[in-house]
Amino acid sequence: MSTAGYLSLTAADRDAMLEAIGVDSIDDLFEQIPVGVRFARELDVPEALPEASLVRRLEELAARNADTSRELSFLGMGIYDHYVPAIVDTFLSRGEFLTAYTPYQPEMSQGVLQSIFEYQTAICELTAMDVSNASGYDGTTVAADACLIARHATGRSKVVLAEALSPQVRQVVKTYAPGFGMEVVEVPHDEGATDPAALGAAAQDAAAVVFQQPNVFGCLERAPALAAAAADAGALPVAHVDLASLGLLEAPGSYGCAMAIGEGQSIGNHQSYGGPHYGFLAARNEFIRRMPGRIVGETTDLEGRRGFVLTLQTREQHIRREKATSNMTTNQTLLALAGLITLCWLGPEGLRELGETCTALAAYAKERVGLPVAFDRPHFKEVAFRTPIPAREVVARAREHGVHPGYPLGRDYPGLDDVLLVAFTEKRTPADVDRLAEVLAEVCG
Amino acid sequence: MELIFEKSQPGRRAGRVPSYDLPVPEIPAELRRETPPRLPEVPENEIVRHFTELADRNFGIDTGFYPLGSCTMKYNPRVNERVVGLPGFRDLHPLQEDEGAQGALELMWELQEILAEVAGLPAVTLQPAAGSQGELTGLMLMRAAFADRGEHGRNVIITADTAHGTNPASVTMAGFELAKVATTDRGNLDLDDLRGKVDDRTAGLMLTNPSTLGLFDEGIEEVAEVFHSRGALLYYDGANLNAVVGRSRPGDMGFDIVHYNLHKTFSQPHGGGGPGGGPVAVRAELEPFLPAPVVVRDGDAFRLDHDRPRSIGRVRGFAGPFGVFVRSYAFMRAYGAALREMSDAAVLNANYLLARLKDVYDLPYDRLCMHEFVLSARSLKREHGVTALDVAKRLMDHGIHPPTIYFPLVVSEALMIEPTETETKERLDEFVDAMRSIAAEAATDPETLKGAPHTRPVRRLDEVKAAKEPVVRYAFEQPGAAATIESR
Amino acid sequence: MAGSESYPDDLRYHPEHDWARVDGDEAVMGITWYAQDSLGELVLFDGPEVGATLTKDEAYAEVESVKAVSDVIAPLSGEVLEVNQKAVDEPETVNEDPYGEGWLVRIRISAPGEVEALLDAGAYRAHIAEL
Repeated sequence: MSTAGYLSLTAADRDAMLEAIGVDSIDDLFEQIPVGVRFARELDVPEALPEASLVRRLEELAARNADTSRELSFLGMGIYDHYVPAIVDTFLSRGEFLTAYTPYQPEMSQGVLQSIFEYQTAICELTAMDVSNASGYDGTTVAADACLIARHATGRSKVVLAEALSPQVRQVVKTYAPGFGMEVVEVPHDEGATDPAALGAAAQDAAAVVFQQPNVFGCLERAPALAAAAADAGALPVAHVDLASLGLLEAPGSYGCAMAIGEGQSIGNHQSYGGPHYGFLAARNEFIRRMPGRIVGETTDLEGRRGFVLTLQTREQHIRREKATSNMTTNQTLLALAGLITLCWLGPEGLRELGETCTALAAYAKERVGLPVAFDRPHFKEVAFRTPIPAREVVARAREHGVHPGYPLGRDYPGLDDVLLVAFTEKRTPADVDRLAEVLAEVCG
Repeated sequence: MELIFEKSQPGRRAGRVPSYDLPVPEIPAELRRETPPRLPEVPENEIVRHFTELADRNFGIDTGFYPLGSCTMKYNPRVNERVVGLPGFRDLHPLQEDEGAQGALELMWELQEILAEVAGLPAVTLQPAAGSQGELTGLMLMRAAFADRGEHGRNVIITADTAHGTNPASVTMAGFELAKVATTDRGNLDLDDLRGKVDDRTAGLMLTNPSTLGLFDEGIEEVAEVFHSRGALLYYDGANLNAVVGRSRPGDMGFDIVHYNLHKTFSQPHGGGGPGGGPVAVRAELEPFLPAPVVVRDGDAFRLDHDRPRSIGRVRGFAGPFGVFVRSYAFMRAYGAALREMSDAAVLNANYLLARLKDVYDLPYDRLCMHEFVLSARSLKREHGVTALDVAKRLMDHGIHPPTIYFPLVVSEALMIEPTETETKERLDEFVDAMRSIAAEAATDPETLKGAPHTRPVRRLDEVKAAKEPVVRYAFEQPGAAATIESR
Repeated sequence: MAGSESYPDDLRYHPEHDWARVDGDEAVMGITWYAQDSLGELVLFDGPEVGATLTKDEAYAEVESVKAVSDVIAPLSGEVLEVNQKAVDEPETVNEDPYGEGWLVRIRISAPGEVEALLDAGAYRAHIAEL
């Protein structure tokens, strides 16, 4: 027997086990595979590496990436370089969390179950909603989930997306829409924000209206007016929000939204080239039975002690099968746990301070960077600047100076080729902004 | 134990955020938050104790044997956690220019190549976030392929009665109709039933092979022929791929589309429920429809290809769960071609357990199994009133995580056992001893069994109460909970 | 929870574990002791609207326990005259008294000939003995 990789059976083990089974060889166990579909040769894959060599190979690959420790980065557009507290790493490496699976057996899983219950509480508190699921895949798929909830709740088949909602979120909703029998309508932005009247007009006969606050351009939407316009048309208002903003900005549930969704990465997750992160989905109580994914509920055990279980499981695929609210099984619990720990670490004061620092840095940049803003509106942590040469060119040139100045919006928005979206997190300093201003002056000059 | 919210005291805090003494701009009044969220106010050492206590109340693979059928709870190598934390991976922004992400893109490209070889299919997308999203992606690919051929009437997907619940749920989400095919008493698809159900309305089959019974479908070549001869496609649910790596390839079995569960076969830790990764591989004809972007190689350089006009679109953000790719890539590189021995050991371990348990539990399908097998507690229930649930709960008192129970649905009182390849023979023997002692206890002391577990932080929990009166968030009524903050 | 297993002789049964008590051109319907025992304690009865049309052998409602959900199959065709509010408000009533207080719907029978095709108590007992 081989002890390759992480295997452990010895030749003596193998022989004893084969004898207990009553066969002569490992090959005999695979006789049930028809001869015609057996794989006869060795797999043609890269050679096995012992651990030290493996680490060296991965270090070589990692070294060819320009991460934010090697480049002064102002990239955002949905994924942000916020600080991740040390205690997140401490607990994400605890085997009891890391190597457990979905808590189907609650007596074995009170740690994960209580954590999820606390996560649900924190998400509901931040968004002013009644119920949160245990997480969705990311900030894009939860938008498709919300649309499907609205489709069933209203019986309507149209969804309206603000164009100032992240392009990736819109793309994912459009990919899912045909399967849901859903039509997608988009409402153009008006100088960097969504016009409530236009949104309201599009919302007639719609199941849901999804908008983003702060929006993809970093601008603050008139979110209460957008929610009201949707609701007046009988559509469910859905806000796609940044958890990092909710110490400073009003909670969606407090301005009439039916659901609040978003990408959780900015609270507790490293950038990690786009994942894994966690999507959050919170809703008013009336939608609880239409929610996709896991939900944890409180109960008591035989002796009356408080405990937690997966609840309302009959919504889910393993029970309701083709009639389930979703096919979701594996979710993003570990990343959501990182979010919970970070929210505990920040507390209400820290979350407000986080928002204040980001918005203050962005305001400082508006003064220091010698470029006009593309949209003259209140911002949160991102600012869109107009560049005298194509923004893609600005990025290429600035990177030669060790600065990644942001995202060229023309990649997603035709007509905005000269707009650069610049993100400011609390990890950047005023001196970093000064450096950005200097480099932009040089490359745009 | 208390909730973290119950440990909160106004004025306490852990983290501090830099302020830089900059003026903070005014947020317009109607957009400003007036009532602070009631997040816990707890110092850092108490946060650490809280989550340490929670960890202590949880059981993972690191704690002990975890034979949860269908979930492939294998060892999660710690070197994978080390490499995923390298700053070049961890702190890389997904919108970095391709030129600044060559290492990440090379890793993804190489992962695609290995996955393609394992499946025997040439084109791979890494984007789907988990197996169930891989399924949905696969069904969307079928729809796109038939639309491209002008065959708009193909609306029916056939699944086995033993299928995971995700299969029928994915069928509905993708807008298809579901038809079910029966299983024979050997656990294979019933070919006669199948032939009567496949016609020009059939889009395809979704099949797990080996099945959820842990049995390889002995008629798979005929099954593929039934579908292909009528112009339909075959989808391979890779949930059970751990049984056959290097032994048989879905592409060679006749499947056109395959998803992998990176968190099962390739050891991404399950994380208490996730994350996962659900890459999809397809035949060359289906490649144009894969989600955008895909990783391509141009000479020595790698890039994300977004220009895919026939693509089904995007199914998740960015190029996929990259951290999962790093771990699975590292896992595969630790084995190389010995990935086949991984499957060999998984199958040997399962058959050993089966051989040593089949005289004390019912065995609905008496054949050699693959990487997992299904027993039934039917006789224990009939003779002693002891159910599969009781057996599961009692295993906890032996320090073992229960197997999957009551699935697949075609077996009553099912116990679905998957040991995985990484366990030692001693661990397997401990499990056998525990299962045999529970079966004996059913006759001698059924009440102890029905009251189990006796050694966990909680006893059996009232799930009816939880479902009838759902309490899904803390109510902030108890004293000590941020009492100074007004409730909304 | 439920009392002991029983299948009253005055009822007619559908093999999908539903019963009907026929009274002239009306019938009261519910699920059998076997069905409620298989499901476990019910937490939800999602019934039809009054006035809805039921078709024999098709699902007209759902019942849920914690870990299972089941369609309720109509043993007879007809129009719904009444839905048992007690089963909606306290679904465990169906477990406690499946043939009495735990009835589900009362209908006006639209195809009286269907009654003859249903099983009597003896035939239903034989049916479940084979499961």
